[in-house]
Amino acid sequence: MNLIAGLFNYWVVIFLMMAGFYNVIARGNLIKKLIGLNIFQTSVFLLYISMGKKEGGTAPIVAGADAVYSNPLPHVLILTAIVVGVATTAVGLALVMRIKEAYGSIEEDEIHQRDGEA
Amino acid sequence: MEAHLPVLLIVVPLLAAPLCVLLRHRTLTWILALLAAWTVLGMSVVVLLRVLDTGFISYALGGWAAPWGIELRIDVVNAYVLVLVALIGATVLLYAPASIAAEIPREQHYLFYTAYLLSFTGLLGITATGDAFNLFVFLEISSISSYALISLGRDRRALMASYQYLIMGTIGATFILIGVGLLYMMTGTLNMADLAVRLGPVLHTRTALVAFAFLGVGMSLKLALFPLHAWLPNAYCYAPSVVTAFLAATATKVSIYVFLRFVFTIFGADFAFAQMHLQTIIVPLALIAIFITSSVAIFQTNIKRMLAYSSLAQIGYIMLGIGLVSETGLTAAIVHLFNHALMKGALFLALGGVALRLGSVELEDMRGLGKRMPATSFAFVLGGLSLIGVPLTVGFISKWYLVLAALEQGWWPLAALVLLGSLLAFIYIWRVVEVLYFQPPPTDAPRNEAPLSMQIPMWLLLAAVVYFGASASLTAGIARKAAILLLGGAL
Repeated sequence: MNLIAGLFNYWVVIFLMMAGFYNVIARGNLIKKLIGLNIFQTSVFLLYISMGKKEGGTAPIVAGADAVYSNPLPHVLILTAIVVGVATTAVGLALVMRIKEAYGSIEEDEIHQRDGEA
Repeated sequence: MEAHLPVLLIVVPLLAAPLCVLLRHRTLTWILALLAAWTVLGMSVVVLLRVLDTGFISYALGGWAAPWGIELRIDVVNAYVLVLVALIGATVLLYAPASIAAEIPREQHYLFYTAYLLSFTGLLGITATGDAFNLFVFLEISSISSYALISLGRDRRALMASYQYLIMGTIGATFILIGVGLLYMMTGTLNMADLAVRLGPVLHTRTALVAFAFLGVGMSLKLALFPLHAWLPNAYCYAPSVVTAFLAATATKVSIYVFLRFVFTIFGADFAFAQMHLQTIIVPLALIAIFITSSVAIFQTNIKRMLAYSSLAQIGYIMLGIGLVSETGLTAAIVHLFNHALMKGALFLALGGVALRLGSVELEDMRGLGKRMPATSFAFVLGGLSLIGVPLTVGFISKWYLVLAALEQGWWPLAALVLLGSLLAFIYIWRVVEVLYFQPPPTDAPRNEAPLSMQIPMWLLLAAVVYFGASASLTAGIARKAAILLLGGAL
């Protein structure tokens, strides 16, 4: 029981990670690949947030000597990682736009086919 | 002022980058970028000299003390890599204007310098930082700007190459992020020196093992270890010449430094090699990398792509040195990291000149180039000789230490294989030499040497190739110190 309910967050993380990773590998559509990449990154954000949580812990604002606080550092780290993820996605989408202009397609196999002709 | 050198190394190019966007003027941004890069080079040399004297420099960012705040920690290993990155960054920038004038639209030049400086910042940051998460951030700064740099290539295939690099690079970086997260989970610290201490008691846990695996795969992707190298040939082949020279000489080298740092400083050689038997993975992969990629290089008609495959083989040599886990092996790896950057930088700069004058780097277009561009052709031959490992070039020094390290452990077949690898390098370089010198040029082709502003940086690197090839005591001496440090010995 504890293996499933107690580690629920981590099961979600692993599911999202694998779903995202699968999409990056298996999809031929460049946008879908980027979406997969985003899901993959998001799972890592969840992993970090989960490890900062303490049973019964509150926000780390000084409230009294006996209060239990969650660890705020993973949140801060992930704030940075989210920014990095947004930047990566932005650059990725910009590239896909340029690819669409240059090739008229965002399907990987069609693009390779068109390069083969050239 | 001098106390703040470690952080200035990163801050100077970081501040110069947005200034480039504000300036927008082509020549002014170039001068600004050049000033920033050469200042960094000067500072990195001072830092190296100081580190050789004192052991290491620790800088608390924002005044927050080490295990809590972000620490920049520079010892012999990263000071050496810092000098390398700064040297290549500054030299290639000197070369840039003439080359990008032909390859990148004029109105995008200021953006090129901005992205270049950001990538430069990222690489310096990765090298200087002593904080595992900060390393990830700098890694992404350098990667994201290098995706932009690669996509500037004229060929539309540059876009796809850049996209593929983005996907692979992000997966690699995210793997590293997962690994760092798992380490934080076990130890509650992100500071590398602190991690090294606290990780010891929990190294046997499954979390630590998984962290090791994620970090290993992530870093191998970033440093393009066979078979995780698929992004590299296209990225190098279609990027603008300047970008290729810069990235080939620095990006993978910095990733190898990250590998050294994590495996040797944080996890420790004892855990990684005695318990996890990393050797049995790295050595075969390195050998396969050397032989397969060198063989593939022989059949390339695009010389830029050929050199990209040759880079993969050289990464194989470096990893082989690391896989030998001895003082000499690591010395070979670290000295080759430096030497390969010099020669591959010079070779790609020479090719940039060819691309400028011929508009192509296809082998068949380079017929008789020895008569049309004698200086550039000679530079290519010199760089090629170094790739093969001919005495009096830096390539020989690397091979010498590598063979020595293999023999030291009694692995003479390995030494033979290294020499056989040189033979493959000889074949792919000879193909080019044959076309350059022994085939007649097209009848109407004028003598048309690359401009001086492109030749000077190229010859600077080649002078270093010959100088450090003839007297290796400086580079190899520092590399040996770095190797001893990584293996946990006292200086």
